[in-house]
Amino acid sequence: MKKRIIFALTCAVAMALPVFDAQAEVDKHARNLAGSCAACHGTNGSNKSGMPILAGMDKALFVTALKEFKSGARPATVMQHHAKGYTDEEFELLADFFAAQKISKKH
Amino acid sequence: MSINRRDFLKMTVAGIAVGAFPGIAIAGSELLKKKGQRVVIVGGGFGGATAAKYIRDWSKNKIEVVLIERNAMFISCPMSNTVLGGSRTINDLTRSYDALKKKHGVKLVQGEVTAIDPEKQTVMLANGHLSYDRLIVAPGVDFMFDQIEGLDAKVADTSIPHAWKAGTQTVALRKQMESMVDGGVFAISIPKAPYRCPPGPYERACQVAHYLKNNKPKSKVLILDANPDITSKKGLFMAAWNELYPGMVEYRPNAAVLKVDVAGKIAKTEFDDVKADVLNIIPPMKAGAVASMAGVVGADGRWCAVDFITYESKVHKNIHVIGDAVAAALPKSGHMATSQAKICAAAVVEMLQGKSPDQNPAIVNTCYSMVSNTEAVHVANVFRFNTEKQAMVSADGGGVSGKRSAEEGAFANFWLNTILDDVLG
Repeated sequence: MKKRIIFALTCAVAMALPVFDAQAEVDKHARNLAGSCAACHGTNGSNKSGMPILAGMDKALFVTALKEFKSGARPATVMQHHAKGYTDEEFELLADFFAAQKISKKH
Repeated sequence: MSINRRDFLKMTVAGIAVGAFPGIAIAGSELLKKKGQRVVIVGGGFGGATAAKYIRDWSKNKIEVVLIERNAMFISCPMSNTVLGGSRTINDLTRSYDALKKKHGVKLVQGEVTAIDPEKQTVMLANGHLSYDRLIVAPGVDFMFDQIEGLDAKVADTSIPHAWKAGTQTVALRKQMESMVDGGVFAISIPKAPYRCPPGPYERACQVAHYLKNNKPKSKVLILDANPDITSKKGLFMAAWNELYPGMVEYRPNAAVLKVDVAGKIAKTEFDDVKADVLNIIPPMKAGAVASMAGVVGADGRWCAVDFITYESKVHKNIHVIGDAVAAALPKSGHMATSQAKICAAAVVEMLQGKSPDQNPAIVNTCYSMVSNTEAVHVANVFRFNTEKQAMVSADGGGVSGKRSAEEGAFANFWLNTILDDVLG
């Protein structure tokens, strides 16, 4: 019985693999979108310059901040110009990407 | 002299090579033994250096990257106007390529490309050649000295610097300004758009005025603009000139300089002869010479048409073009070059792995201009790929600063440090 459950789980994992692959492709689009942010926020969202660090940022905080930049609720010098250029779906993609990054001490 | 069989074979091979791509012979031996997939990048500026780093990182170091650059050190053109204003030295803007080599395994070749054979996928240098699977041409701009009578590369190097590539000419222009008499005229000539760094000449006027105000307050800055109006951040620059440097900056639109009297320091436009104490002629520009060698320059003889999903040339397969050399409604800026480089790097990695590149790229440009030693203004835009137009189109919501501020001045400094770490760190 136990063996059968393990076998079933293995199958489920195996069947789920293509989904993970598709996920990896989506991540590359997110990674490419995030590439443009690096000029100010550093490679993969880490910097030592004094700009806000996006690596490891809580997803909800990230999405809220960008939505507020977009609506004008949160005052900014430059971020409103960027936030207005992206869709809410892209905010989610970027948030997932940056939440998954570790802060690099080197940058 | 007798010809042995081996020499005969060599000659035959050379003969076939010339036949395949007339005028280009494969020079010398392969400089670096090619084992796996190789990308050669020509030009180690903002675009080329970024592509080198990101191809290594995004291929998990599986793709070999050879970066060919003529200079030993990287000097940032962005923020180099502040060397004129005095808040930075050229050393502050100079970085090494060491981290690209040591941390990312990029192979750096310091040298000049002499020819490119797109059919045999080979780049020629003086001492040998490099073959490639994909080539990225990131040549920046060259100057069209022939458009202004009396001007040439030597004149620019010795007496009328353009200082539109940061380095020795930037320092030379600063020195000319330092030796200028109080009450003198510093004239800046701006070419018709498109040119590298649209707001750059107006920022330069601010930086020169900042120096003159504090050191030679009777002096003037005269802007001779070939364009019908200020091409970037107009309101912000005019406010800076009027409020920070009242009476010091004179702006003349539709004033293309056609001829220069080098000895007399006179710039001649269609209407006027302008005598200056320091003459700074920024000539019209085109894609750097390497783009011509690769045969990827468009019918206009200036810029290179690319596919915006991959930055692959519209002329030759397996050759990509990034940065200022690209023909597009995109600003020719350092940040833009890095944004393009990343999309190109991602596509090159995908294509070499037999996968489809990202079909929906969106990229960003953020450009700060220092209007004094502390205050800055910006323009920022998102650009998205438009399938119908097959072009990059500015998204809604982009724009410029509400007003100049020291806060943005601090951000501009952060931006410089961060982008240099992103490109070279």
